[in-house]
Amino acid sequence: MAVKVKLPTQLRAVAGGDSEVLVEAATVGQALAALYAVHPDLKDRIADDDGTLRRFVNVYVNGDDIRFGEGLDTPLAAGAELQILPAVAGG
Amino acid sequence: MAATALKCRECKTEYALEARYVCEKCFGPLEVDYSAPDVHDVGELRRKIQGGPQNIWRYADFLPLENGQPGSASRNSTAGGLPAGCTPLIRADRLAERLGLREVWVKNDAANPTHSFKDRVVSVASARARELGFTTLACASTGNLANAVAAQAAALGLPSYVFIPANLEEQKILATGVYGTNVVAVNGNYDDVNRLCVELSGEREGWAFVNVNMRPYYAEGSKTIAYEIAEQLGWQTPDRVVGPIASGSQFTKLDKAFAEWLELGLISGSHPTFNGAQAVGCNPVAHAWEQGRDFCQPVKPDTIAKSLAIGNPADGPYALDVAKRTGGSIEQVTDDEIRHGIRLLAETTGVFTETAGGVTTAVLKKLADQGAIDKEERVVLVITGDGLKTLDAVRDSFEVHTIEPTFDAFEREFAGVSGAAR
Ligand SMILES: Cc1ncc(COP(=O)(O)O)c(C=O)c1O
Ligand SMILES: [Zn+2]
Repeated sequence: MAVKVKLPTQLRAVAGGDSEVLVEAATVGQALAALYAVHPDLKDRIADDDGTLRRFVNVYVNGDDIRFGEGLDTPLAAGAELQILPAVAGG
Repeated sequence: MAATALKCRECKTEYALEARYVCEKCFGPLEVDYSAPDVHDVGELRRKIQGGPQNIWRYADFLPLENGQPGSASRNSTAGGLPAGCTPLIRADRLAERLGLREVWVKNDAANPTHSFKDRVVSVASARARELGFTTLACASTGNLANAVAAQAAALGLPSYVFIPANLEEQKILATGVYGTNVVAVNGNYDDVNRLCVELSGEREGWAFVNVNMRPYYAEGSKTIAYEIAEQLGWQTPDRVVGPIASGSQFTKLDKAFAEWLELGLISGSHPTFNGAQAVGCNPVAHAWEQGRDFCQPVKPDTIAKSLAIGNPADGPYALDVAKRTGGSIEQVTDDEIRHGIRLLAETTGVFTETAGGVTTAVLKKLADQGAIDKEERVVLVITGDGLKTLDAVRDSFEVHTIEPTFDAFEREFAGVSGAAR
């Protein structure tokens, strides 16, 4: 399934300036793996060695935090939009 | 103490003092770092602070501006923006008595220009934004921040955009729009608003989102609450601080401020115990505390304490750490307890707080009822916002005596009430 991964400004430098990347994936974990395959330097920024997301990285599927879904196993429908953003809040 | 860098709280990488908030290496949050203070004479520093303006800029030495306080200032006036701070610290003996405690103080931060502590953080963020050359102010808000940004932008003559959840209390929307800002009501909760603003802040050059790309500076503003408390207590720490938690930013900065001044020798006492306060309907930090975890699982908020309704608190892990390190805790109270908390504070102190203060007061009551507070302690209750902004929380909570305009009607209504009828 083709899905779109949107990158935050802070990650674009290690992704050749791209703001979004199209990948084939059926789950969030697969989409991230596909993303790391295209831009290997991204992995170290957002995940630990074993692939778990760092604590201040938020990932959304069509606007919903994946922690409300099944985390990295959250399924993706064709055309889904995955968004990676830094955790920040307070207002 | 001069600000020297932005430093990642996780991996300690340093960055220049720019409009940045996240570490490019590990995505951790950035915090302002200061040079080691060089204080020879503590008495002189105290006198300097006491002789400073009657607002947060008396603490400019501990805030991250390059040029000190914005605009010229004397003790009684400040040019530059809408000054915040120097709010009353009230000894609340009647509240203490009701709770079976000896010494309780209320830090009434509703007494700020837009009636919440947010004027402090916005003062610092907007002053730094101007130093960095930004021309527009913006924020993602649960309500109070929108009030403060709109007012500060008006005072500074800057355009502003404030993003709020569409279901916010009407009072907060009206008290924001009046300043001539662009009110953007987003169909979603605060976390949706926040996600949108994080994305926007990456794309809008020239926009200072006070709590996104200006966040490290914004957060420092909360330290001034603790500085004031210490100064008002005669350069001493309280034994215990009970304060609200939404993102956890203010809570962690109160802790930091006491630590800074204790280290300097500017104040005496031991580091206070910190109790954090959340609503059951939005309890990601209290829940993590209960479970003994050091990270927060996000929640979908559903509580009358809308100003604290952040389901995905970025500073949650650090707030947990503060509670643990100081021997405190993070508690949660129900919406009914919040309503009772508002009434309790109002009836015993004359201070009418919004729902966030109801949360904090209810948590103090809960701790007192549990016997978790030693009778000899000096406790400070941090009240961060004004009851006039959340009137629905007290609607129908009391009876209004409606009478005909006659003496007899009054006598009938209050028959048997001593002191009313003669
Ligand atoms: C009245 C009031 N108190 C407390 C808070 C909590 O602030 P923080 O996000 O720093 O935890 C907020 C902010 O959302 C607020 O509006
Ligand atoms: Zn880092």
